Amino acid sequence: MNEVSYIDRPNRPLFFYAILYLAFLYIPVLFLPLFSFNDNIYIAFPLKGFTTQWYVAMFNDQPMWAALNNSLRVACVSSAIATLLGLFGAKAVTRYRIPGVKPIIFVIMLPMVVPLIIMGVALLILVTRLGFNLSLYTIAMAHVLISVPFAMATLMSRFEGFDPSMEEASSDLGAGPWSTFWRVTLPMVAPGIVASFLLCFTISFDEFIMAFFLGGTDPTLPIFIWGQLRFPFRLPGVLALGSLILIISFVLVFFALWLRRWGVEDTKSGI
Amino acid sequence: MTNNDAFVSLVDVSKHFGSVVAVDHLSFTIDSGEFFSLLGPSGCGKTTVLRMLGGFESPTTGEIYIDGAPMSEVPPHHRPTNMVFQNYAIFPHLNVRANIAYGLRYDKIEKAEVARRVEEALEMVKLPGFGKRRSNELSGGQRQRVALARALIKRPKVLLLDEPLGALDKKLREEMQLELRALQESVGITFIFVTHDQEEALTLSTRIAVMARGKALQVASPKDLYNRPVSVEVADFIGQMNFVEAQVIDVRNGEAVLDTAGLGKITTTANSDFIHKDAAIIVAIRPEKLLLSADRQPENQDAVQGTLKTSAYLGDRNHFYVSVDGCEKPLAVAATEAEVSGEKSFDHESTVWLSWADNALILLPHD
Repeated sequence: MNEVSYIDRPNRPLFFYAILYLAFLYIPVLFLPLFSFNDNIYIAFPLKGFTTQWYVAMFNDQPMWAALNNSLRVACVSSAIATLLGLFGAKAVTRYRIPGVKPIIFVIMLPMVVPLIIMGVALLILVTRLGFNLSLYTIAMAHVLISVPFAMATLMSRFEGFDPSMEEASSDLGAGPWSTFWRVTLPMVAPGIVASFLLCFTISFDEFIMAFFLGGTDPTLPIFIWGQLRFPFRLPGVLALGSLILIISFVLVFFALWLRRWGVEDTKSGI
Repeated sequence: MTNNDAFVSLVDVSKHFGSVVAVDHLSFTIDSGEFFSLLGPSGCGKTTVLRMLGGFESPTTGEIYIDGAPMSEVPPHHRPTNMVFQNYAIFPHLNVRANIAYGLRYDKIEKAEVARRVEEALEMVKLPGFGKRRSNELSGGQRQRVALARALIKRPKVLLLDEPLGALDKKLREEMQLELRALQESVGITFIFVTHDQEEALTLSTRIAVMARGKALQVASPKDLYNRPVSVEVADFIGQMNFVEAQVIDVRNGEAVLDTAGLGKITTTANSDFIHKDAAIIVAIRPEKLLLSADRQPENQDAVQGTLKTSAYLGDRNHFYVSVDGCEKPLAVAATEAEVSGEKSFDHESTVWLSWADNALILLPHD
């Protein structure tokens, strides 16, 4: 008898498959930081030498900072709104007996699978017909639309993970609906709220199609970067910026995923 | 429209969930200071009744009165009830002290008084010094005590308990039963207790409502439920019972002559209205009311011969199963060690006598 269980035994082919898979996923991305430190204006091997000049150039690039500022504003506003909507929506569909709740959830989740280009065109037509000027506001609005399903999914799993009798116990002890929401519901779904905000933030931050269709004269960062690609000498600066964004995104997403799971087990009050 | 003595009363209460009828025209009253149990198998509607009392469900029809006031328009946070939930629902983001003090905020009590009352409540449930713990640092029994303290500190008129001992192991459960009973007697609050464990209900309650299919089959004290069940279903649910089919041959001067399937012809007192000539009824008898002997006991008039089939040793008593001609199932007979020690040992397939006192028989209507 082998002492190691079947599950724990090493599986060589599977191991190599996993390595290949990870290489396929991440090696292209790793070229970004690699060339961002390369002392050559052209993106090509062999590497010429180490430099931080592209980072310096990037920090002095005023239009880029303006674009980054635009993106941050759009991302903050749209993810705050999407998370708020997701919070109420998730509470409603998980806590109340609503007739036709399944179709409602389906409709809310639909933007996840509708091609963005379709939604972009549709929103563009709608917005211009309604007479709105294209601006950062219209981009933020579109980002709310595409973020809400993710906020809902994150928060619904959080609500499903905590026992409704917690809220009942609160009202039983004399707390009205608002008091219960502030003192029990909110603290218990707080990790889900943070996770949802971060997820929506990253969705908005690197979103291109909506920002392209619905943007006015102020570009968001992805639009700005796309514009830079026409100028070869600007490319290394874009790589430097990309590397920075990559690192920040990774940190944020990991943090969000960790939060999503964190604490779920102790909110179930089983023995 | 309610009975003046009644502290809690349900008047024709029904609850429908879609097409499912969870509670079906239920009416009963509970007096102040009672330890009242709702007993029944899962799905009988007992928890729904408790949740309607707490305000978490509203009756489809009918009305619930607590201390004279109708409750249907009163939300849970304004009801004079508090609940101990089945899973205790201890807030995981708060420590024990904050959990227990949670509800006092709404009673406009000053800080020093809150602190004093929390300490008092911790003493009461025997958890002094546990104030700073979190729910994940507590055992099942400790959570249960915190849930009790959190509810009782509100000084409710009625405490609702939803199978609070179900998650505990047998030893701890028995310990908590005694504590719960003592606690109820000392605080004097009306307890309404939901359980599916008939032994637990018998131990704790002043009165029990036996429920099935959303209806109360019988509301009575534990003693009456055990000794005077009103139907086969109740008799079967509370304790162990032998049932024998019977035909009423004659009724005269409060005495009925029965022709039973297996126990022969029996004459017994009968004053229920379902007993009339030619009626088919059920005769029920508790295993411990049957006396097992190797020879016929002359002092007992009623006796029947049978064959011992199997026996089960339960420590404090023995269960014997005796097949009797005419009876569908072997009759269960319970005897303590002392009762059978004088007899020669009972071998399987040996012929034995069963005898009983006249008042041991319970006559029940046929379903």
